[in-house]
Order: sequence, then C-alpha cells, then structure tokens
Amino acid sequence: MSKVSRRALVIGGLGAAGAAGTAAALLSGGEPANSFSDAVAFHGPHQAGIVTPAQDRLHFVAFDVVTKDRDRLIQLLKDWTVAATRMTAGKDAGEVGAVAGLPEAPPDDTGEAIGLPAAALTLTIGFGPTLFRTADGRDRFGLAGRQPGALAPLPKFTGDTLDAALSDGDIGVQACANDPQVAVHAIRNLARIGMGVVSVRWSQLGFGRTSSTSTGQATPRNLFGFKDGTRNLKAEQKDLLREHLWVQPGDGPAWMDGGSYLVTRKIRMLVETWDRSPLVEQEAIVGRHKGNGAPIGLAGEFDEPDLTSVGDDGEPLMPAVAHVRLAHPATNNGARMLRRGYNFVDGSDGLGRLNAGLFFISYQRDPAKAFIPVQRSLAAQDEMNEYIRHVSSGLFACPPGIKNAGDFWGSGLFT
Amino acid sequence: MRHLHSPLAFTAAVVVLAGCSSSGGDTATAAAGGPITVKATDSSCEVARTQVDAGTSVFAITNGGQKVTEFYVYAAGDRVMAEVENIAPGLSRDLHVELPAGSYETACKPGMIGKGIRGQLTVSGSAAPLTDDAALLAATESYSRYVKSQTAALEVKTTEFVTAVKNGDAAKAKELFPAARTYWERIEPVAEIFGDLDPRIDGREEVTEEGMKFGGFHKIEQDLWQKNDISQSGPIADQLLTDVKEIVQKANAEKLSPLQLANGAKALLDEVASGKITGEEDRYSHTDLWDFNANIDGSKAAIASLRPVLEERDAALVKTLDAEFANVDATLAKHRSGDGWKLHNELSQADLKELTDAINALAEPISRVAAVVAKQS
Repeated sequence: MSKVSRRALVIGGLGAAGAAGTAAALLSGGEPANSFSDAVAFHGPHQAGIVTPAQDRLHFVAFDVVTKDRDRLIQLLKDWTVAATRMTAGKDAGEVGAVAGLPEAPPDDTGEAIGLPAAALTLTIGFGPTLFRTADGRDRFGLAGRQPGALAPLPKFTGDTLDAALSDGDIGVQACANDPQVAVHAIRNLARIGMGVVSVRWSQLGFGRTSSTSTGQATPRNLFGFKDGTRNLKAEQKDLLREHLWVQPGDGPAWMDGGSYLVTRKIRMLVETWDRSPLVEQEAIVGRHKGNGAPIGLAGEFDEPDLTSVGDDGEPLMPAVAHVRLAHPATNNGARMLRRGYNFVDGSDGLGRLNAGLFFISYQRDPAKAFIPVQRSLAAQDEMNEYIRHVSSGLFACPPGIKNAGDFWGSGLFT
Repeated sequence: MRHLHSPLAFTAAVVVLAGCSSSGGDTATAAAGGPITVKATDSSCEVARTQVDAGTSVFAITNGGQKVTEFYVYAAGDRVMAEVENIAPGLSRDLHVELPAGSYETACKPGMIGKGIRGQLTVSGSAAPLTDDAALLAATESYSRYVKSQTAALEVKTTEFVTAVKNGDAAKAKELFPAARTYWERIEPVAEIFGDLDPRIDGREEVTEEGMKFGGFHKIEQDLWQKNDISQSGPIADQLLTDVKEIVQKANAEKLSPLQLANGAKALLDEVASGKITGEEDRYSHTDLWDFNANIDGSKAAIASLRPVLEERDAALVKTLDAEFANVDATLAKHRSGDGWKLHNELSQADLKELTDAINALAEPISRVAAVVAKQS
C-alpha cells in the first residue's frame, strides 16, 4: 500500500522514505515546525497543539459517546490515533486514500485535502467530566474512579448565558492548522470514523489566532481590535510551563501526568455597540492602548502593567476594573494559563449583527487555580461584560503525549 | 431434477393469488399432505405443520383478526423467501414457495409492523450449496420476489386511497395515506430507476419542474391536511393511480443487479437521513416515521437478499449490520404509537438526533457492502 503523503502529489516523488525523513527532522512534542506548511510531530512527551506555535485556524469539536460498549470506545480511540498520526503527517486519513480504492467503495478519506500540505496540523484530545460520570451520575465505562479532582465541572459564573447544546461533551478534539481546509478535513474524517460510537455534539470554526504561544510570534488582535495574549505563557518558558501548564506527578491520577486541562468558552462579542464606544473608554476597559498594546500609561507592549501608580487626577493609572488588572496574576494569587483562542464569525444573527466573538481556549495545570479564579474576578467586575456574552463552555482533561506508534489517545486512562 | 446452475435452482416461484381464494384446484403441491393452513389473528399465528420436505410448499393463510396482516417465510438473517402482504381481516390467501433444506422462520405481522409473531419451520431433504455466481443470482431473484410482493400491495392500497379521496372521505384517506406509502417507500430505489415517474408520484412541491403541475401523493397530502379540501383532488388521484400502475408494471419487469441492491440499501438510508429525519417528506401530515420505517424495511430486504454472499465474503460486516439494524429498530420503536408511529412534530430535537446517530452508525458499514459484492472472489 502506498504511503505517499498528500504533499507528494504536489512536489512529486516524496515517497515513504522522504516523508519519514521529514518527520524525523522535527522536534518532538509539537515544537516549532520549520514553516507554515510543514508537519508538526505527533509523538512526544506532551500532546502537540498546546505549546505548538499557535496556527492560524481552528476547528474544534465536542463529541458525545453514544455506544455503551467500552471496547468499541477503546477501539475508536486506537483508530483515531492511527488516522491522526497519518493526517498530521500530511497523509490521507485511511490506508487506501481518497482516490486509490475500489470504485464501488466509498473512499476512506474524504478528499478535500488532496494536494494540500500538512499545514502544521495538530490534533489534541481531551476527555470531559461526563465521560467519567454522566450528568445523572452514571459510570458508563468503569472510569468514575479515574476521574481527576481537577476535572470537576466548572461552576456557574455570574452573567453566564450558556447554551447547553453548545456546551460540554464527553470528548473534545482541537484541530489547528495554517489552512482552514486542512483543519476541517481532519475533524470531518474523525467524525466519520467515529459514527456509531460517538456523535458530534457541537463544533466551532475559528480563524486568526488571538494568542501567541511562542516568543517568535507577534501578538495578534481579537475582534475588539486589541492585542490579545501579550502576557501569555510561552513555549520557551520551561519553568513556568512546569508550574502552570503541565500536570505534575502527584497532582492527581498518574494517567494525567504530563497532560493539561483545557477550558473552552465561546464568547460572543457585541461588536456593533463596542465599535460605538470612544477610544478612551475602550482602552480603559481593556487596560491597554489600542495601537501598540502597551499597558495604560506605558510605552511598550511588553512593559509590566503598572497596577499601583496613581494619576494626576488621584485615580489609579490602571482603572480598578480594567480587564488587564482583573485578569492579572497579581490579582489572582499568581494564576497563569496558556491561552490559545481564536476569533470566530458565524455569519449574522438575523438582527443585522455579526455573530462574532472569541472562541477562548486555555490550557492549565489545574482549572481551580487558574481559569476559575480569573473568570470569577472578570465575571464580577469586568466592564467588558457589557459587550460580551459567554454562550458555551467546555472542560476537558488532555492526557500526555503519544509515546510511539503502538500508543493511542487515552491509553493511560483505559489500561 | 433441475440443473444446479439454472437461475431457478434454489429460488422460489411465488404466486400470490389476488383476492379471495379457497385454494381450490390450482395447487398441485410437491410437499406431502397438501396446503399448510395458517390461522392468523391479531395475537397469534398458528402454522399447521412446522416440518416439511424440500421442494414447493403451499401455505393457506386466513386472517381471523381485526387488523390487516402479512405472512412471511424467512431464512437466516430475515431473508425473505416468500411473503404475502396486505391480507385484510376475513380474507384468505395462498403462498407458494420453493424451499431448500434448512431452518426457516414463519411470521404473521398483524398491523403490518414489527418482527411479527414468529415460528420455526424445518425443511429437510438434500440441497447442494450455491456457487458464488449462483448466490449472487439468488440474491437478485430473492429481491425481485420482494419487489413483486410490495408492488402488488402498493397497487391495492393506492387504489383504496384514491377511492377514498374521490369519495370525499377525508378521514379514510388520511388513514390510508401512510399505509399506501409504506409499500412505495420500501422499494424506492427501484422506483428511482424510472426517471420521471418517481417525481410524478412522490415529488414534493419544491421539486416540481417548471411548467409541470404539483401532483402525486404529496399534493393530495397537502389537500387533505393543509387545505382541508379534497373536492378538487379527483383528477390528481386518478393520475396518481395511473402512474402507480405503470411503475408497478415496470418494477416487476426490472431485475436489479447485486450492485444495485447494495447501493439501494444505502440509498434508502440516505432517504431517511436527508428527508425523513428532517420532516421534509410528509410536511403536511407529519407521517414521516411510517416512511422512515418503510425505508429501513426496504434496506433490510436488500441486505437480506445479499446475505448468503456477504456471509461468505465478509462475515464480520454482516455481524455489524445485524447489530446496527437492531439498534435502529430499537431506537425507532421508542416512537411507536398504537399500531403506527408518533407524528414527526411530536419528536424532540434530542429524539431526532438519536435517530440520526443510529442511521449514521448503520449507513457507514452499509456503504461498504457494494465493494464486497463487486469483489471478484
């Protein structure tokens, strides 16, 4: 069976040896790919797609498990791992491929990525609280005893207007790539492979990363027009990652060692009213200057925000309820997380408004010490709440990386 | 003794005698002891003999119940060897079927739904196994029998439906609408072969071509349920019956290839996924679940015809299909209502999603059947 990557169809002649050579040249654990279109290594101590330099596009999907059969679920995770290994290397989802099979058979790859490169595709899996115990407390797969304490359902935050149909899920998969077609192709094929075992609960497309996860990346802007993620955790800050991002031995069940907890929040932005606010008000709400992203009263984007100085008018230089102050580690017992969100525009809402906003994604060692206190602080006082609505929420335990070709997604949980 | 490769080697020649029958004089049967009487009621199915010799058997079925019933002879995996549809209360029908040695099941289906009231039937004698080609041929023959049984009932029920419409009996017409459509929906892949007849009979308003008038089942459905006026529906009803009679003739003459069978089984599930789940099909009456169930029946029949071939070539796939068909049936059964089904608008979004998941879980493996059939072994 030919193992030629899709890229080979473009460049020609890159056979199995060439593809393997490319993969071997990569750093493990999703560290920087060489370029916009290269492959990111799938195997490593941590899952790719977390500290991987944030790609430009997202397709996130949450599944419900519909089978009652634990073995079928495990088999699906194995099948998915094989397909994910192939697709992240720029190959077709299945062994046969999009056009090489029997004419009477449906192809084992959907075909829309023919001729496209790997585009730095990463696929990252996480398990939601309901996989371990359903909302009414049932333990479907004998996993209740393996549920980490850190995977307790998120509390309800003031102002939440969550749509249950767009929230939660038994399994979450994040596909990120520099080409939207590659990200969609990956999720579509995983959903297809999963039919009968899982069912898509909700999914979200995102464009234009709103965070930088590497010092080599410029800080992008969200749809409020502000730089977002300036003080994000970065791949290069190994000590900080150990402290704030990766689950450490002893934190909880061993199957999560080297993993991370993923929070997703779909945040609708009421951009029409935001756009009518004076610049000075916008900057006061965010706590940064719109142009260069510098904290209020300072000159450079990466200057440390001044939370203590008082201006000539006797008011704090950084407004008391500025987003930057409320979310700052100093305000939240040192809480840090790795943010990896994306902008979204889901068409319009029928009232002439863009259905737009931020699909917030954060990874952290423990949501109770990171996302939860920060969001409580924001939900209580953030002036920005006038312009945003949290409409969906998800929490997933992302296991450590795939060790080798024999390993599979969630192997530590199921064995 | 027939030659082994004769097309009719192990397939039944089924003769369904229309109307009433006293099984008088026409049945020179090879099986000892004359016709096997079957006393069907709404809750029982008494088959006089459960052990017969290989060869032709004749079943004489009498419906002593209050519900319309059906009688089936099934081989393993619910492969229909022979059946009589639409036996009205008080009527009798004869069924001729040629059965090679093996284990079978008989079934009466009062109310025409569900697995029916089953019984064992043992056929003894000698029978050589089919060659591969013969097995494929048998599949085609088996499905042809199925189509014939459905078209016969389709014509009868459509005639009743049309009569009710023309008599201005809206209540009766409403009752007959989903019943007549059941036979139509079971054999939809066959109907689709005949280009313009299918849309004329079953086209929805939005697919009516420019310059054509909206007609067929769905126009009458609109008159019955939305306009609440069938006083002008007579000509449309006449045309419907004319078209149905034409398609019945054509369908009975048509032989589907094994590959067409495989694709038909998938196409029926696509019908469910794209039209019935959404409630688009029967938007005025909301009787989509009758159609849904009929599509599943038809898909099952096509797969059952191919079963001996599939067992031989991919037993694991057959197991998967059995499990997923059972799952669809169980999921759909939650929405039973009396002898029929709940209306589409009585189902919640969660109900519809559960049905969609079940259909997807079945349709994916069914999409692999065609390649198994096409494979030169």
